[in-house]
Amino acid sequence: MLPVINEQLGAYSDLFMLLAAFAYAAALVVFAWDLAKSNATIRTIEQEVLREEAEQLATVGGPAPSRPAGRPVLVDESMAYTAASGQRNLARIAVVLTWLAAVIHTVAVVTRAIAAARVPWGNMYEFLSTGALLVALVYLIALLRKDLRFMGVFVTLLVTVMLCAATMGFPTPVGHLVPALQSPWIIIHVSIAVLASSLFTISFVASVVQLLQHRRQARLAAGGEDRLPFLRLVPSAGALENFAYRINAVSFVLWTFTVMAGAIWAEAAWGRYWGWDPKEVWSFVIWVVYAGYLHARATRGWTGVRSAWLSIVGYACIIFNFTVVNIHFSGLHSYAGV
Amino acid sequence: MTEDNERNGTAPDRATPDGGARDDGGRPGEGTGAYDAAAEREGDAGTGDRGVKAEAPAAGPVGARQAGRGDAALPALGFKGTVRWVWTQLTSMRTALFLLMLLAVAAVPGSLFPQRDSNPEAVATYIENDPAAGEWLDRFQLFDVYSSVWFSAIYLLLFISLIGCILPRTKKHWQAMRTPPPRTPARLSRLPEHGTLELDAVDVADDGGRSDAVMRDAAALLRKRGYRVQERPAGEHDGVASVGAERGYVREVGNLVFHISLVGILASVAIGGAYGYSGQRILVEGESFVNTLVSYDSFSPGTAFDETDLEPFSVTLDDFDVTYDRETTSSFGQQIGFDASVTTQQPSGEREQQELRVNHPLRIGGASVYLVGNGYAPEVTVRDGQGNIAFQGPVPSVPQDSVFTSLMVLKVPDAQPDQLGFVGLFLPTAGEVNGVGVSLDPSPALPQLQLNSYYGDLGLDEGTPQNVYVLDTDTLTELNSRTLDAGGLVINPGETVQLPEGKGSISFTGLKRYVGLDVHHDPGKTPVLIFSVLALTGLAVSLFTPRRRVWVKVREDAETGAASPLTMEYGLLARGEDPRLEHEATELRALFQQQWSTPHESGSSRADD
Ligand code: HEM
Repeated sequence: MLPVINEQLGAYSDLFMLLAAFAYAAALVVFAWDLAKSNATIRTIEQEVLREEAEQLATVGGPAPSRPAGRPVLVDESMAYTAASGQRNLARIAVVLTWLAAVIHTVAVVTRAIAAARVPWGNMYEFLSTGALLVALVYLIALLRKDLRFMGVFVTLLVTVMLCAATMGFPTPVGHLVPALQSPWIIIHVSIAVLASSLFTISFVASVVQLLQHRRQARLAAGGEDRLPFLRLVPSAGALENFAYRINAVSFVLWTFTVMAGAIWAEAAWGRYWGWDPKEVWSFVIWVVYAGYLHARATRGWTGVRSAWLSIVGYACIIFNFTVVNIHFSGLHSYAGV
Repeated sequence: MTEDNERNGTAPDRATPDGGARDDGGRPGEGTGAYDAAAEREGDAGTGDRGVKAEAPAAGPVGARQAGRGDAALPALGFKGTVRWVWTQLTSMRTALFLLMLLAVAAVPGSLFPQRDSNPEAVATYIENDPAAGEWLDRFQLFDVYSSVWFSAIYLLLFISLIGCILPRTKKHWQAMRTPPPRTPARLSRLPEHGTLELDAVDVADDGGRSDAVMRDAAALLRKRGYRVQERPAGEHDGVASVGAERGYVREVGNLVFHISLVGILASVAIGGAYGYSGQRILVEGESFVNTLVSYDSFSPGTAFDETDLEPFSVTLDDFDVTYDRETTSSFGQQIGFDASVTTQQPSGEREQQELRVNHPLRIGGASVYLVGNGYAPEVTVRDGQGNIAFQGPVPSVPQDSVFTSLMVLKVPDAQPDQLGFVGLFLPTAGEVNGVGVSLDPSPALPQLQLNSYYGDLGLDEGTPQNVYVLDTDTLTELNSRTLDAGGLVINPGETVQLPEGKGSISFTGLKRYVGLDVHHDPGKTPVLIFSVLALTGLAVSLFTPRRRVWVKVREDAETGAASPLTMEYGLLARGEDPRLEHEATELRALFQQQWSTPHESGSSRADD
C-alpha cells in the first residue's frame, strides 16, 4: 500500500541541492558586483545613450527628446526593459547563473519527490527547498516580462539562505509521511501556502527596496548627496509600492485560500476546522496583518512608507511562523516540523 | 461611507490620497471628479507616501478640530451628538485598521502560553511549575486568550465597526449602480489614456446626424466589452455626441460580499460553539461505543447543548491495524498507517462495516468520529487474597514515546481483603539497556509487563472522581518494586505471578489494541464553509476587477458637409490602481479602428508622455 522509498536517489537529490546552493551563491556575487559597479555602469550607459541620441538627431533631424539631457532612462516606471538596460552585462550573467541554479534546483526537488514517491512537502527540509525553488522561479518568470534585476541581490540572497538552512539546519533523509499528512489536501494546502509565501517574499523585497528608495528620494529632494547611487538602477518608490501591492494582493488571496484549505483539512484530520493551534494562530496573525496592509492602502496617511512597513511586518510573521513556530512551539502541526 | 465623512467634514477638496482609487466623493454627473483623480494620478508618480499631501484633519462631526488646534476638549455635543461622534470614530477606516492590528497582536499570546481549550493538562503543569506567574497570567486570561474579555472586546468592536461600514456602503453602491456614468469631461486629453481617430469612411444611415450614429456604435461596442453605457446625443449636449461608460461595479459588490461574509463566518462560529458538542472515548478492540453521555470519557457541550441532541448511533471496533516503516533508516519502526475496521449502527438501526482512518472520519448521525490516537491494552486477570477473580479485562496503557513504552495503571477496588493497585510499564518489544527495561520497537514482538504492586485503600469509595491513569500511592503499601526484596513484577504473556504476602496474583493473558476516538458535532461547520467560499470569491473579485471609465466624443465639422471626416476622441480613466489601463486603451483603439476601418495612426497617447 505504501510507496517504496529510494534512498540512493535521495542522496543524489541532496547533492544537487548543494550544487544549486552554490550556483545561487555565485549568481548572488555577480548581482552584487553589478550593483557595486553601478556607478561606472550608469556612466557608460549614459554616454552610450547620449551618443546614440545625438546620432539620431543628426541623421533624422527630428524633434529633440523631451527628457532632460544627461539623464537617460535607466529604469522604466513600469519596470519594462529599456534600450539602455541591455547593457548591464554583469546583470545578464547573473540572470543566466540564476537560471542555471534554478534548473539544478528543479532537478534536486523532482528527484527528491521521485525518491520519496510523493510530493516533497513533508518536513522543514522539503518546505524550505521547495519554497526556495518557487521564490527563484517566480522571480525568474517575472524577469521575463519586467526588468526586476535590481532585486537580484536580495532574491538570490534569500534563496541561498533558504537552501543553506535546509541542507545544514534541517537535513532530513527521504521518508514516508506521517499518517496525518497522508491526504490529498497536502497537495492543495501546502503547494498554495508555499506559493503564497514565495510571492510574499518577492513583495517583501520590493517593500524593502521601496523604503531605501524613498529615503534616497527624500534626501535628494532636500538637496542632499546621493549615498546610494546604485538605486538609480531601481524604479521610484511609488512604482515599487504599486508593484508590491499587486503581488501582495495576489498572495493575500492565495494565503486566504491556504488558511481555508488548512481549515478544511484540519476538520478531516483533527475533528475541528479551527483550534488556535500555534500554527493556526500565526497563520491568522499573518492574514490579519496583510488585511491591515490592504486597508492601509485605502487609509489616508497610511499609504507609502507605513504600508511598506506593514508588508515587512507581515513577512516577518511568515518567517516567524515558519521557523520559531515550527521548531519551538508544540502543537498539532509539530510533526510537520523538523 | 466613512471616508466621505472624513472628507466632507473639513477637507477643503475631494483630493484623494491614493491616485483616485477612492474618489467616490466625485458624484456621478459632476464631471470634475474625473479631473481631480486624473490630476492626482499624475501628481502621485514618483513619491512614496502619497497620503501625506492629502492629510486632512480627522473627522469631527462639526469640524471642531479646526476651531481649536491642540485643544483636546470636545465641543459640547449633547448625548446624540456624542453617540454619533463615537459611531463615526468607530466606523472610520483608521479605527478599523487600528483594531485589525490590535487583533493581530492580541492573538499572539495564545501561541506563547498553553491554552485551556486545547491543552488543559499543559496549563495545569504550567501553573504548578510557576504558581506566582501562573496566577497572574490566569488573572489576565492568558490561558484562555480566545475566549478572554479583551480578545472578545477587540473582535466585537471590529465587527461592529465592520457592520457600520458595510451598511452605508451597501446603500451607496446600490445607488451608484443606478446612476449613469459621470458626465463627459470637456477635455479628454487630460485623462491618463486618450487618443483621437479620424473616421473618413463612415457610411451610416443619416438619422439624427452622423455623429450620433457613430456615437451609438461606439456605445454598443463598449457595452459588449462589459461597460455600463450612457449615450449622449449631440442635440442634447451642446452639439457634441458622446458616450459615458463605466465598468467594474462588481468590484465594490465583491468587497461587500467579502466583508458581509466575514460577519457570516463569525455568526456561524458562534452558532457552532453554542449548539455543538465534542467528546472523547477510548475504545478497545471488540468494544462498542454508543453515543450517549455516559459512554464518553470526557465531554464538552456547547452552551446551548441539550442531551437530546445526541443521536444514538454506535461504533464497534472490530480490529485495528498499524503499518510500520520498515524501509528507511531514519524513521525505522515509526507508525505510518492506522486502519480501524469498525461496525457502525445508525440511529435507524442500519448496520454497516466501515474503515476509520486518520483523515477519513466516520460521518454518522450528524456527528463525525475521528481516529486520534492508539495504544496497547494488555489483558490481565487479577485474583485477590481470597482466590477470587477481582478484575479481568484489557487495561488501556498510555504510550510515552515513539517506541510505545506505555504507562499502565490498574486499580482493583474489588479485591479482598485488601484493595490492590498496580502501576508500571507495558513494553511492546521488551529489551534491556543498562539494566533498565525499555521497549525497542513499537510493534508487539516481545510484549512484557513490568509493574509495581500496592495494597491498601485506593480511596475510590469516597466518590471523588479520580484520574484512571494516575495511582495515588500515598495511602497504599508497596508490595512489589525494584527497591524491595520482592522485586518488581515482570510478566510475559501467558504467565501468572503471585503477589507477596498472599495478597493475590496477576496474569498477563492477552494483548489488545485500543483507539482514541474524538466525536464532534458542529452545526456551524457548513455555514462557515459557505461563507468562507463567498468571502474568498468576493475578495478575488474585489481585488482583481479593475474599475474604469471611458468617454468617447464624436465631432462633426459642420462646415465641410456630409462627406467630411468625423473626429472621434476617447479617454480612459482608472479608478484605483490599474496596471492594465494602457492595455485596455490599446485594445479599445484597435476595436474602434476595426469598426470604422481606419488605418490611420493618429495620436494615441498617455497623458504623462
Ligand atoms: C473583520 C475585519 C476586517 C477584515 C478582515 C477586512 C479585510 C479586508 C480586506 C482583505 C480587504 C481588501 C480586499 C478588498 O478590497 O475587498 C478589505 C478592503 C476594504 N475594507 Fe475591510 N476588513 C475588515 C473590516 C473593515 C472595516 C471595519 C471597514 C470599515 C471601516 C472596512 C473597509 C474596507 C474598505 C473600504 C475596503 C476597500 C479598500 C480598497 O478599496 O482597497 N473593512 N478589507
